[in-house]
Amino acid sequence: MRYAVLALLVIGAATLGGCQEGILDPKGPIAAAQRQILINSTGIMLAIVIPTVLATLAAAWWFRASNLRARYLPDFFHSGRLEMLVWSIPAMTVILLGGIAWVGSYDLDPPKPIVSTVKPVRVQVVSLDWKWLFIYPDQGIAAVNQLTVPVGTPISFELTSSGVMNSFFVPQLGSQIYTMAGMVTRLHLQADRAGRYRGMSANYSGAGFADMYFHVDAVPAETFAQWVASTRTTGPELDAQAYTDLTMPSKAVAPFTYRAAAPGLFNHIVSSVSAPKDPSRRVSPASQRAEK
Amino acid sequence: MNLLGKLSWSAIPFDQPIIMGATAFMVLLVVSVLGWVLLKGYLPYLWREWLTSVDHKRIGVMYIVLALLMLLRGFSDAIMMRAQQAVAVGGSQGYLPSEHFDQIFSAHGTIMIFFMAMPFLIGLMNIAVPLQLGVRDMAFPTLNSVSLWLTASGILLTNISLAIGEFAKTGWVAYPPLSELQFSPGVGVDYYLWALQISGIGTLLTGVNFVTTILKVRAPGMSYMRMPVFCWTALASNLLIVAAFPVLTAALAMLLLDRYLGFHFFSVDAGGNAMMYVNLFWVWGHPEVYILVLPAFGVFSEVSATFSGKPLFGYRSMVAATMAICVLSYTVWLHHFFTMGASANVNAIFGMMSMIIAVPTGVKIFNWLFTMYGGRVQFTVPVLWTLGFMVSFVFGGLTGVLLALPAVDWQVHNSLFLVAHFHHVIIPGVVFGAMAGFNYWFPKAFGFTLDERWGKRAFWCWFIGFHVAFMPLYVLGLMGMTRRLQHYDVPDWQPWLVVAALGAVIILAGIVCQGVQLVVSIRNREQLRDATGDPWNGRTLEWSTASPPPAWNYAVLPRVTAVDDFWASKKRARTTQDQPSEAPGYKPIEMPKNSATGFVTAFFAVVTGFALIWHIWWMAALGVLGAFVTFIVFAFRDRDEIEIPARVVAQFYRAHQAEAVR
Repeated sequence: MRYAVLALLVIGAATLGGCQEGILDPKGPIAAAQRQILINSTGIMLAIVIPTVLATLAAAWWFRASNLRARYLPDFFHSGRLEMLVWSIPAMTVILLGGIAWVGSYDLDPPKPIVSTVKPVRVQVVSLDWKWLFIYPDQGIAAVNQLTVPVGTPISFELTSSGVMNSFFVPQLGSQIYTMAGMVTRLHLQADRAGRYRGMSANYSGAGFADMYFHVDAVPAETFAQWVASTRTTGPELDAQAYTDLTMPSKAVAPFTYRAAAPGLFNHIVSSVSAPKDPSRRVSPASQRAEK
Repeated sequence: MNLLGKLSWSAIPFDQPIIMGATAFMVLLVVSVLGWVLLKGYLPYLWREWLTSVDHKRIGVMYIVLALLMLLRGFSDAIMMRAQQAVAVGGSQGYLPSEHFDQIFSAHGTIMIFFMAMPFLIGLMNIAVPLQLGVRDMAFPTLNSVSLWLTASGILLTNISLAIGEFAKTGWVAYPPLSELQFSPGVGVDYYLWALQISGIGTLLTGVNFVTTILKVRAPGMSYMRMPVFCWTALASNLLIVAAFPVLTAALAMLLLDRYLGFHFFSVDAGGNAMMYVNLFWVWGHPEVYILVLPAFGVFSEVSATFSGKPLFGYRSMVAATMAICVLSYTVWLHHFFTMGASANVNAIFGMMSMIIAVPTGVKIFNWLFTMYGGRVQFTVPVLWTLGFMVSFVFGGLTGVLLALPAVDWQVHNSLFLVAHFHHVIIPGVVFGAMAGFNYWFPKAFGFTLDERWGKRAFWCWFIGFHVAFMPLYVLGLMGMTRRLQHYDVPDWQPWLVVAALGAVIILAGIVCQGVQLVVSIRNREQLRDATGDPWNGRTLEWSTASPPPAWNYAVLPRVTAVDDFWASKKRARTTQDQPSEAPGYKPIEMPKNSATGFVTAFFAVVTGFALIWHIWWMAALGVLGAFVTFIVFAFRDRDEIEIPARVVAQFYRAHQAEAVR
């Protein structure tokens, strides 16, 4: 009993402690809606679960063998009414939650565009060993391990992988989605408040996985325009050769930008998976360290 | 051509002190146990009575010994991971390089699921099911021994990987493309694949054996609706094994073809599709969860009824719920990858199906509650495990339903929230169930009860330790920490990880208490001796025979007239004052003969597996040939049964009665 309460306290602490960062501190409409579903469903279930736990402990304690005041009912092993009750309590809970699941999976479906008067910004995402490439096809620029987006604007992501499967995830903005070689997944997110949010791969992808995180800088629209303009003036160019170099495995790559990205590169990556075929060409652990 | 394939001295990681230390410890342990057995001259006894035994009770005991050893191995992995994550913050890389850390979490998952939980529950089923059905053995006793030893082969291969070569660095699910040759060129994935293929055959054969036994080999009068609930859950679990394990075998076989023969089932290029593997893996993987938890539910049912002195509440309802779970478990696999980009329809349907499976599970919780209601609940060790399960598991179920909501899953998938959830159902569900069953049936298997005091200490350490270790992981998941991180850059996570590591230490104390419990009980076995065969005032048939039961279980097969037949017959005896009839006319009993087939087959399976992992083709051919010859020898045996003379049977019961009177 004490420990059930302890467990509850810890879960309660989770709700509070998680507030500084993470999914309980949403910064966009998708994440906010998801937090709402999380909290509502937890509430609905706790209304059933807590009484059940208390009843279990109470029944076990009251009917302990040493309690002479408890009535012994050795023939109480069937009751149609109770059976009706024990099947219908969880069934009704689940019908309610099933409705929430149904509505939620349509409303927040990752490929569904966010309704907005602002024109979305398109970003093409490629997961590589072990870094993220973000291509802005409309702006013709690209960035590695750094995602800059305008606030209040829907971001329309197209995602793929150079080889191993990863999962693109920015907890404070909402849903994650897998990146898979030769396939394109779609995701729509939006940041409502300016700030720097942590993004990462949420699917283990090999030796450099732990360093496969990036920062999302959500900035006002003017700042974004300035950032695009200044990015166009510096840095290398992302063409087929530069991309092939980038696919070489490396860990903990410091963020940098490309002043130009070859048009159609993303589609090319999807249609011709270009990870090195020969295992011996993969970088040895020693040289990976050097790149840090 | 190299005679030893890819094998060379460089396969042994001499430069890794932690691995070499663990290896040295393991080798020392094995050598000293072997040496002790040889020096004391126990080998012939061990060979005759255990290694070649086809007695379901002994096979059950050996399964559980394997499971307990693998619990230690898997737990060592766990505590190393918790220690690593407790320190590896910011610039620190901790004490485990990713090379080693990635193997540890892969091995932990593989070992705990396949080589700890599975053998433990299969062991309990082996000990209890034929006794509960009132029969003398399984349908296929020699096959049972083959199953056991093939499981042991898989375990051995996995543990060899610690010393020679490496284990998979892919996580226990080994998703391609990461597990393809292109991205995992080492032998680690091959160890994983061959260990699971070999032990998987053993598990499948176990499934066939139990399904046949439960459907076809029951005592006279034991109709389906008179079977103890544990037998029902064993039936459901083994039906799932028979239907699900071939899917895993096929999926792993296709990955093997990719890796060995350049096929392209799941490869990145040439039309391969890794999504197929993920689907197939979880078509097996989700039923697997219920393969593990259903027998545990059966244990809780037996324990709650026995120690409440009451029949199980809603027996028919429980059977219906068990079979409903059995069927529904096939309709939910996609919830393991809502994040793959399936359409809203697909996600919604699988989300709802995943919740529906919570209904029969909820029914079971209520039925256990009403079983205690109006009972005389004795707070014995098995009851503590059961109550601990009930109060924790409902919260694990709660977080499970959260994960079944696609919209929530998109945020907590693959996070530590997920890790916390599945430990929250597997530890209270499966491990607590296994521990309850271990304490409950131990006196049946060995003839003396386990020490209560140390058992209770073990329970409390596990129960508290579990919550301290896993509640922080929920918090971390909500904070956005993903699983399988060898190091991390967010200092806010560290305090929670330190608490979790502390929880692992408390669980360690629980495991130590269990060790002490065993030692103390064996030392005090004379005081703890149970001469009656019925230490708990049991309800089902297994308690009507001696403890430990003779090889033939029952001299005369019981005639079953009711659910909880033993309880009913005890009640009858009390009311009519009739004594069991004096010295029934014992007849000679035919029992299956011991067979080395299982052990020898498994030996060749290890040789084959090892050879295939290291590409030593001649040795693989020899191994396959050896296994085939073993099979031929077995097929051409002259006698497979021995007759136990009536005189020996009578002698056993005279001695047993004398002891009971004493």
